Amino acid sequence: MRAVITVIGKDSKGIIAKVSGACYEYGANIIDITQSVLREYFAMIMLAECDSLSVPFTEFARALSALGEQNALDIRTMHEDVFQSMHRI
Amino acid sequence: MSILNIQDILETVNMLREENLDIRTITMGISLFDCAGPDAGRVADRVYDKLMRRAKDLVKTGEDIERTYGIPIVNKRVSVTPISMIGASLSPEGYVTVARAMDRAAKDLGVNFIGGFSALVQKGFTAGADAMVTAIPQALSETERVCSSVNVASTKAGVNMDAVRRMGATIKRLAFLTKDEDSIGCAKFVVFANVPEDNPFMAGAFHGVGEPECVINVGVSGPGVVASAIDRAGDCDLSALADTIKKTAFKITRMGQLVAYEAARRLDVPFGIVDLSLAPTPAVGDSVAHILEKMGLEQTGAHGTTACLALLNDAVKKGGVMASGHVGGLSGAFIPVSEDAGMIDAVRAGSLTVEKLEAMTAVCSVGLDMIAVPGDTPEAVLCGMIADEISIGVANTKTTAVRVIPAYGKRAGDQVRYGGLLGSAPVMPLNIRSPEKFISRGGRIPAPIHSLKN
Repeated sequence: MRAVITVIGKDSKGIIAKVSGACYEYGANIIDITQSVLREYFAMIMLAECDSLSVPFTEFARALSALGEQNALDIRTMHEDVFQSMHRI
Repeated sequence: MSILNIQDILETVNMLREENLDIRTITMGISLFDCAGPDAGRVADRVYDKLMRRAKDLVKTGEDIERTYGIPIVNKRVSVTPISMIGASLSPEGYVTVARAMDRAAKDLGVNFIGGFSALVQKGFTAGADAMVTAIPQALSETERVCSSVNVASTKAGVNMDAVRRMGATIKRLAFLTKDEDSIGCAKFVVFANVPEDNPFMAGAFHGVGEPECVINVGVSGPGVVASAIDRAGDCDLSALADTIKKTAFKITRMGQLVAYEAARRLDVPFGIVDLSLAPTPAVGDSVAHILEKMGLEQTGAHGTTACLALLNDAVKKGGVMASGHVGGLSGAFIPVSEDAGMIDAVRAGSLTVEKLEAMTAVCSVGLDMIAVPGDTPEAVLCGMIADEISIGVANTKTTAVRVIPAYGKRAGDQVRYGGLLGSAPVMPLNIRSPEKFISRGGRIPAPIHSLKN
C-alpha cells in the first residue's frame, strides 16, 4: 500500500530530513515529495510505499505523529485510498 | 504528485484539521432472534454471549481503521433485534434483566451505546411489546448505555394513539427515575413514526427484522465541512449554493463509504448502508444551525429557516447518494437542540421555538430531538407534542421522531447539562393548553389515503 504523509506547520530547517529519516528508519520508500502552502502554513506532502515496513502501518503512523508533536508540526500518515475515494469518481 | 492532486490532498487534510470531519459511527447490527426463550435469565445470558461473540473485534477494528486512514471514527456501537420480539413471553422484570445484560455487554465490548430495547407497535401491542414498554423506565434508569425506541405509527398503519398515550407516561416516569442527572434517561429514548430499520445513529438504532444475521452500517457527519464550503462559495445564488453542498456531501460520503467497506471486510460481515446525515455536536464549528445562518439567516428560527433546511437536506442527499452503493437509515440533517451550539444559542436568544422546530422537522430527517421542557409539563401535553410530530411523518411518508426531556424540577429558562455528545440545553417553554380529551379518546388515527399505493 501507499501512504500520503502530510506535514503542516511553520517552516523550519530540517523538516524534510527528520521525516524522511523516520521513513528510512521504519522501511518506508519515498516515491514522491512536494511542498505547498495551506493557509499561512508550510505544507509538505510525501507519497511513500509502505509494503515493507519494519512495524505495522498503524505504528508507523503513530511514530510519525509523535515526531510531529515533538517538533510542533501536524504530521498525518493516511492510506492513499482516502484521497482516491474522496476526489475520484 | 503522480495521480494525486496536491490541492485535493490539502482539502481533505483541512477538513480533518479545521472542520471537524469525522465518521460519526460504525454500528454493528446483530440479530438476536436465536436468543429468544421463556426464561429471562437464560435469554439474558444468551444475549450477552452472542453480543460478546459477534462484536468482540468491533472497537479494535474501528480503531485500526482510524489509524490506517487517519479519519476519526467517533463512536463504535451495536444495534440489536427489537428486544420485544425476542423476549415475547417475558414479564417487565424479565425485560429489565435483559437490558442489564445488554448494558454489561456494551461496557465489556467498549461501545458507548447499544440500541434496540425497542418495540414496533404502530398497529397495536403484542403481549411482549406491552411488557417491554412497561419496563422502559426502569430498564433505562438502571442501565447506562442501553437505548430504547418505540415506533408508534407508520404511513401504512396510521397512528396508534393508545401507544402515544403510553409514551407520555413512559417519558414522565423516566424523567423522574433519572431526576438526579437532569432526567438523562429521556435522552436515551425515542418515539418514532416510520422508523428506519437500518439506522446506525442513537438513540433510535435497532437491527430490523428483514436485516441479515449481522451487518455493518456507517453514519457520516460533517456539518463543519459544509459550513466552510458555504463560506468559500461567497455571495452566490441558491442554485450554486445547492451545488456546493452537493459536492461537499459527495466527498464526505465517499469517506464514509470507504470506511464502511473496509470495516465490513475486516470484520467479515456484510456492508449494509451508509447513512448520509449531518449530525452536529456541541463542539464549535460542528453545528447545523450555523450552516443555516451561513446560508443567510440572522439566526436559526428566523422566517426562512425551514426553506434553508429543506435546501440543505435535499442537497446533502443528492450529493451523498451517488457516493455510496447503498444509502439508508435516516439520511438528512439532524436538528437536536442540546447537541448543536447554534441551536442552543438560537433558543436562548428567543429566536427558535418548539413550534418552529416542529415545522423544520417536516423537511429534515428526524424530529423534535433533544428538547428539554419544564418538568411539570402534563403528560397529555407531551402526548399532544408526540401526536403532532408523528402525524407530520405519517402524512409525509417520512421518518419523524420525538426525543423530549421533561427535566424534573426544572422550569422554562433553566439549563440541563449532560456533557459529551449529548451536550446541554435551555429548558424551552411549551403551550400547555390541554389536549387531554383528544389524547384520552385512544384508538388509531387511520392511515392516510396515499398509503394505498398497491
